[in-house]
Amino acid sequence: MNLRRDVFQAIADPTRRAILMLVASQSMTAGVIAANFDTARPTVSKHLQILTECELLKQEQAGREIYYHINAKKMKEVADFIEPFRQMWDDRFNKLEAIMKNYKPEK
Amino acid sequence: MERKTKVNAEDGKQELVITREFDLPVELLFKAYVTPEIVEQWMGTKVLKLENKKHGSYQFETSGPKGNFAFVMSGVIHDFVTNQKITRTFEMENTPFAPQLEFLEFETLTEGGSRLTMHIVYKSVALRDQILQLPFVQGINMAHNRLQDIVNKLK
Repeated sequence: MNLRRDVFQAIADPTRRAILMLVASQSMTAGVIAANFDTARPTVSKHLQILTECELLKQEQAGREIYYHINAKKMKEVADFIEPFRQMWDDRFNKLEAIMKNYKPEK
Repeated sequence: MERKTKVNAEDGKQELVITREFDLPVELLFKAYVTPEIVEQWMGTKVLKLENKKHGSYQFETSGPKGNFAFVMSGVIHDFVTNQKITRTFEMENTPFAPQLEFLEFETLTEGGSRLTMHIVYKSVALRDQILQLPFVQGINMAHNRLQDIVNKLK
């Protein structure tokens, strides 16, 4: 039931990345987060649960409300690990695209 | 803003997947992979050999920022289907890193758009993680300022 979650799987999902970006701007409750998405509320809850389990998000109790906020330390670990590699390919592919824009398709 | 190139490297797995969507028809994306002069420009390497066929092989050479060391990347091609896929091995010669297996898939998205999926399988989880953390000799150095030159020349 309680599957082990890993961060790379967590950030592979576009909705979860969007949630991380949203919460990065300020801490917010599940309700406020869900209001930013067209996705059904239970789906957003599931995403929040995954992000929390892999420690990208932290929960903080404030009165009756639970606020989600970014776990900066964990986010940095992920970024440090993969970002230079991603950047290398992004640079290459940007070049490829720029170069090929000068060619006409052979049809 | 959504980043165009995505790298999905799940924890504890000896593989990773790189995906990128291009604002180019798939024919042009593929052409960039099989034409030696073009590969040289975007990979920042010399192409010593590139046989675009099943059982063919390739060899690229790159040098350090001051031309002070040469570095050869090579492999054999296991499968080759024009505008669709290339399956090949990749090896950095004279390094302690074991060869890796690469599955490249080229797809048409919409008219004028395409996607490349590069699935790389490493010998071990540890090797994948080590390669991810390498300060990459193969590209970054030469990348930026040369781009504009190349594009200008083509016009």
